Order: sequence, then structure tokens, then C-alpha cells
Amino acid sequence: MENNNSKEDNARRDFLKLGTLAVAATACGSIMCGCGKNEAAEGSGKKVKLLSPDGEIVEVDEKHLREPADIPCVDSKEARHGIPNRKFVMVVDLARCKNARKCKEACDKNHHTGHQKEYLKVLKMQDNPVSSPYWQPTMCFHCDDPPCVKVCPVDATFKRDDGLVLIDNDRCIGCRFCMAACPYSQRVFNWGEPETWDETVSTCNSPEVGGVHAKKGTVEKCDFCPDQVRKDEMPHCVTACPNGVFYFGDENEDAVSNGEDTVKLSEMLATRAGYRALEELGTKPRVYYLPPVNRLFPFKDMEEEKQDDKSVN
Amino acid sequence: MESLFSHSDTQHESRHVQVTRELMPRKFSSYGKIWVTTLIFITAVGLYFYIQQIRNGLIITGLRDYTIWGIYIANFVFFVAISLVGSLVSAILKLSNVKWATPLTRISEIIAVASIMLAGLVIIIDMGRPDRFLNVIIHARIQSPITWDVMVITTYLFISVLLLYLPLLPDLALMRDQFKNIPKWQRKMYAIMANNWKNTPGQKKILNKAVKILSVLIIPVAFGIHTVTSWLFASTFRSGWDSTNFGPYFISGAFMVGAAAVIASMYIIRKYYRYENYITLDHFDKMGRLLVLLSLVYLYFNVNEYFIPAYKMKGSESAHLNELFTGIYAPLFWSVQIGGMLIPIAILLFNKGRRPTTMFIVSIMVIVGAWFKRFLIVIPTLNHPFFPKDQAPEAWSHYNPTLAEWCITAGTLAGALLIVTLLIRFFPVIPVVETIEEEDEHTDEEILMHPTINKQIS
Repeated sequence: MENNNSKEDNARRDFLKLGTLAVAATACGSIMCGCGKNEAAEGSGKKVKLLSPDGEIVEVDEKHLREPADIPCVDSKEARHGIPNRKFVMVVDLARCKNARKCKEACDKNHHTGHQKEYLKVLKMQDNPVSSPYWQPTMCFHCDDPPCVKVCPVDATFKRDDGLVLIDNDRCIGCRFCMAACPYSQRVFNWGEPETWDETVSTCNSPEVGGVHAKKGTVEKCDFCPDQVRKDEMPHCVTACPNGVFYFGDENEDAVSNGEDTVKLSEMLATRAGYRALEELGTKPRVYYLPPVNRLFPFKDMEEEKQDDKSVN
Repeated sequence: MESLFSHSDTQHESRHVQVTRELMPRKFSSYGKIWVTTLIFITAVGLYFYIQQIRNGLIITGLRDYTIWGIYIANFVFFVAISLVGSLVSAILKLSNVKWATPLTRISEIIAVASIMLAGLVIIIDMGRPDRFLNVIIHARIQSPITWDVMVITTYLFISVLLLYLPLLPDLALMRDQFKNIPKWQRKMYAIMANNWKNTPGQKKILNKAVKILSVLIIPVAFGIHTVTSWLFASTFRSGWDSTNFGPYFISGAFMVGAAAVIASMYIIRKYYRYENYITLDHFDKMGRLLVLLSLVYLYFNVNEYFIPAYKMKGSESAHLNELFTGIYAPLFWSVQIGGMLIPIAILLFNKGRRPTTMFIVSIMVIVGAWFKRFLIVIPTLNHPFFPKDQAPEAWSHYNPTLAEWCITAGTLAGALLIVTLLIRFFPVIPVVETIEEEDEHTDEEILMHPTINKQIS
């Protein structure tokens, strides 16, 4: 990104580290509003006094202040244990998916994936030439027998008691063996300097906030948003989906919810023939799919979808 | 001054002097200087691009989220493969009492040391975070094949260095005592490295014992390095890698390319130093027979690796195999299989095919073919994940190594050749003392002489 702006932003970033109030204009922000150094002149005029880390009192325009996001800081040591007595699980109802891609948008935004990383993909699947294609939202399956964790030479990616597979990007050496081992191709790599960087979102780097503190030369992937769960909220894809495709929940409670309906997990999987991807590989995914039968929407390819949008407009 | 040799009557003496003079390392000729300068230049270009890579990350390569491993890994496998020749010539042949291989032991050990060093370097070049390399030791997880690879490659490097250094001791002592017109630092280096070697029967006994133990030790370690390297692939689910054939397949390919590397270097050394009396036509003939045997073994494993999966054409494998047999990788695949394996076998089966110049060309074909074979093992598989990848950006769907990647790879290859060249420049590439002693034993048997007194050579 615009690294040449980083020096002038250093002073501003220092405020962010105060953790009480944060200044909105990060490197990205200042480019987007195009105001650069003159932003104060265009502000609301109301000044707020703040204490900088150097002990100086600095005046900042009120317009440039933003409430810091309320995310608990779980350090990388604590993040290895998991949330006690939970066993997270997801069910994806393929009959409801129409490739609206709201899940992906929300995921990209909240995990700051930038242009080239994808934690969540909506894949076009077709099991055989005769049967109809369908859309399959695909993310890390947090396998109970994860091949990625097995091959990691430094224990940078690990399996927690609550079922999650996470990555400590302060330890990852970037060998990409886990990416080779994952049969679902769900891991992404920071080939260069990560595109987005927003320190206002979290105060500490943690495996629980995937993508927020992205680091060059390390692996990332879907983390099931444990930061959301700690706030008693659903992962971003679940809440963003307009069609209730994603059910998230706890296997110990035998309950999953898509935000509207809460259902019994075991009953749903039994009655609707839930299955897991590439079951024969023995990875034991924690994400179940419900087959795309009795669909809510007919299948439309991406091109058709675009044409429909145009005709509506 | 006492002689290093027990056999020292006048007839032997003059022969000793002649052999010593012929086999001592020499200064570079003008060709040698051009060669070294070129290698240094290529290595420097590679280093320049590696600095760019450290600065910007692996983004400067053609690698992306589907093709996660590229020519760095192919090059790594290639280096590990070539390094196996050290164990082949100086351990397997030596232990089976093959006397003709004596002039080839040192060159094969030099190739082994240079390539295993570069293998270690190349794997660090491939890392996203080379600054965290020590995590491999600090946070080592014994479950990971990478940890096994680190352990076994380090062990192999140490044993190979010892197998190069220990048999060099008598020669180092010889150079310390008899090499006069050399710079002071060089004489000092020989003196330090010779480690007070006097060639006494006691020292020799210990040396022979140590070399024998190391020769036995290095065989399982050599099998280990390349088997574990094959497991980096075979331990995954991916089509084309998910094979129980991979260990022996890699080992046999490694012995083949290693033997070819020895043939190529013995040809160049023979030409450059005019060593026709030491590296004879008989050596070429025997190495040619060895290479054809190793190639036939490799051919056998290739049949197992490709024919049976192609016979079944299992869903997930078929895309991969079709791409190799008839798809975009077909020209490379068939060139490598035919030009790097079948044609060399056909040529080497004939007596006429085992002459130095023909064998040099054949061995270059085998070496180039072997490098691209590693490319074909690593890259096409990654094009065929289990889930569709049609939504990935266009540029990601096919891997094209960038200029930076090629330059860094060329730099590592030049670096390996540079290490080999420098070792040959400062140390006798054919064991001097061993050659003299073997010659003495030979003549002794012929004329039944048993000299017992020690005299000076010069």
C-alpha cells in the first residue's frame, strides 16, 4: 500500500495505542478521503485534547476520532486453549444459497483480506454432467483430524479444545506445507506486504483475530471468528447472509442457529442428510453441508446474474 | 623429513614424485578464470534478486495461493538428489571393494557436500519468513516431515564433510610437506587442516576404521534424506503426490542423476587437467554401465508411478495425468522421459556409447532432464486441487516462474559449481596418497618386492 505515508502517520498511530480513543485517519483512510495533511483544516472545528504516548498534550479535530472496536484481547498463548466447554460447528444449507456473496463481502471486510486473499469462497460445484450445478460456500472446515496441523513443523497452526484450528502468525515460518496438506485449498498466504492494515480494530495480535494483524510471509485462513463468539455474536458470514444459509453453533449444546432459526443439530443432520466434504479422506471436518435439494432459488451462473441485474436497472 | 610412504626405494620414489606432481592442485588457467568469474557473476545476480525477495516477499515469484511451491522446491529436490552420489561412490562402491572407483571418490564427495549445502540454502530461500528459521529448532514438532528433513539433512551434511575431510588428511600432509611455491596463507591452511598427520601405521589404522564406520553410517542417512524429501509430497492427499512409490522412485532417480553428475565432472576434469592416465577409458566404461543400470531401475519405478494410475484413471488423478500426457505439460514431460531417460539408456547400452565424449553429452541430458523432472513432480500436481479453482484470478491458474525466480535458481546452481570448483582448485581432486599406495601394492604384487626402510622423497 502507500508506505510512503506511514511516517507522517506515525504520530497519529501513536494515539491509537492509547487504546481509549482512536484516530480514524490511518494511511488508508487519508488516501481515501484525499485530504492528507490538510484534513484538520477541513474538520468540524471542534478540537479535543489528547495525551500522546510521549506525554504531550495534543489537539485533534473531533471529526477524526472514532470509538475503538470492543474486542477482547486474547494473546497467542491463551488463544491456544480455546473457549472452555464449547465445540463449535457449522452447517451450510446448500438449498438456500443463491450466490448473493454477502457472506464473502462481510468476511473480506472484517478480516481485511484485501484483493487477493479469500477466507471464504462461493464455489460453483457440479457433481456430474447431468445433475444441476450448485453454489457451495467454502471456508476452513476446522477438521477434527487436520492434515495441516499434522505437518506444521513449528506448531504455528494448532487445534484447540473448542474445535477451532487457528494460526499463530508470529510463529509461522512460511514453509506452506500446511497449504500443500489441506485438501480443501482453504489456506491463503501473504505473498507480499499485506494490503490492508487497520490497528484500530484490535489492540493486540491474536490468532483469534485472523487477518487483522496480517504479516508478510505467513499463512492465514478462516478462523470461525472466535472474537465474535466471545462477544456472544455470530461469525460475520452467518449474520451477513440474507438467506440464512449458515448455521453456527455448539455441538455440546446440540444446537445451531442462522440468526433467525435455532435448530437441533443432530436432528437437522439426520433428517436432511447432512454430509461433510471429501469424507473419504478422513479429515473429519466440523462443517456439514445440507444437500442442494428443494432449492429456494434456481441455479444461475455469474454471467446470467449480471445480465439480470442490468435488466432490472 | 620422513616420507609419508612406506615404500621408498628409488624406483618407487621417482614414480611417487611424478604422481604427486601431476595430481597436486594447480592455479587457474585463463579458462579457469573465465569460468570462475562467470560463476561469481551468476551467483551475484541471484543474490541481488534474493535481496529483493527479502525486501518485498515471495510476491516477486510466480507463486500464488494455488501453486504454492515452484522451482525453488524443484531445485531443492534436485540438489538433495545429486548429493546422494557421495554415498553411492564413496560408500556403496567402497564397501563392496570396488577398487576402480578410487579416483572418483573425492569428486563424488565434493559434489555431495556442495549440493547438500545448497539444498539447505534453497529451502531457506523458499521460506516466507527466513528470519524465523530458528523456530524450526526452538518449536520443533517431531510429527512434521519437515522436522525429519532438517535432522536428516544436517546429519548427512556432517557425515559428508567428514567423508570428504578424513580421507583428505594424508594428502593435506603431503601438500604441507612438499608444496613449496604457494602463498603463505595457503601453506598455513594445509598445515592447520592436516592436523599433525604423519601417516603412521597407527594413524592410518584409526583413519581406515573411521572412514569405514562413516561409509556404513552414510548409507541409511542418504536413503533417509531423499525418502523424507519424497514424503514432503507423499504425506499429502494431492493427486500425483499421494503415492506409496515415492520413496524408492526418488532414491533411484537420485542415484541416476548423481552418477551422471560424476561422469560430467570426470570428463571435464580429465580434459582440463589432462588426467588421461588416472581417469581412464575403463572408468568411463564402468561408470557408463553403472549409469545404465541405475537408469533402468529408475525406468522401472517410472512405469509404476505413471502406468498404473493411468490404467485406472481415477477421477481426481485423471486431470493431472492428462495434463502430463497430452496437456500443457506434455512437451516437457515427453522430452524429459525420452531425452533424459530412454535415449540415455539406449545409447549407454552399446560399447560405443560408453566413450568419454558421448557419455559427457548423455550425462548432461540426464542432468538437465532430472532438473525438469523435479519441476514436473512438484508443479503440475498443484494445478489440480480437489475443489474447483475457476474463480481464482487468471494469472494464478498457471504458474510461470518470474525472472527473479530463475535468476535466484541459476544463482544457487552456479553457487554449487563454484564450491566444487574452489574445492578442486585447493585440494587434489584425485586422492594422491591413496593412488600411490594402490599403485605400490600393485607393483609389489608384480615384482614381489618388500622394501622396509623409510627415505625422503625429495
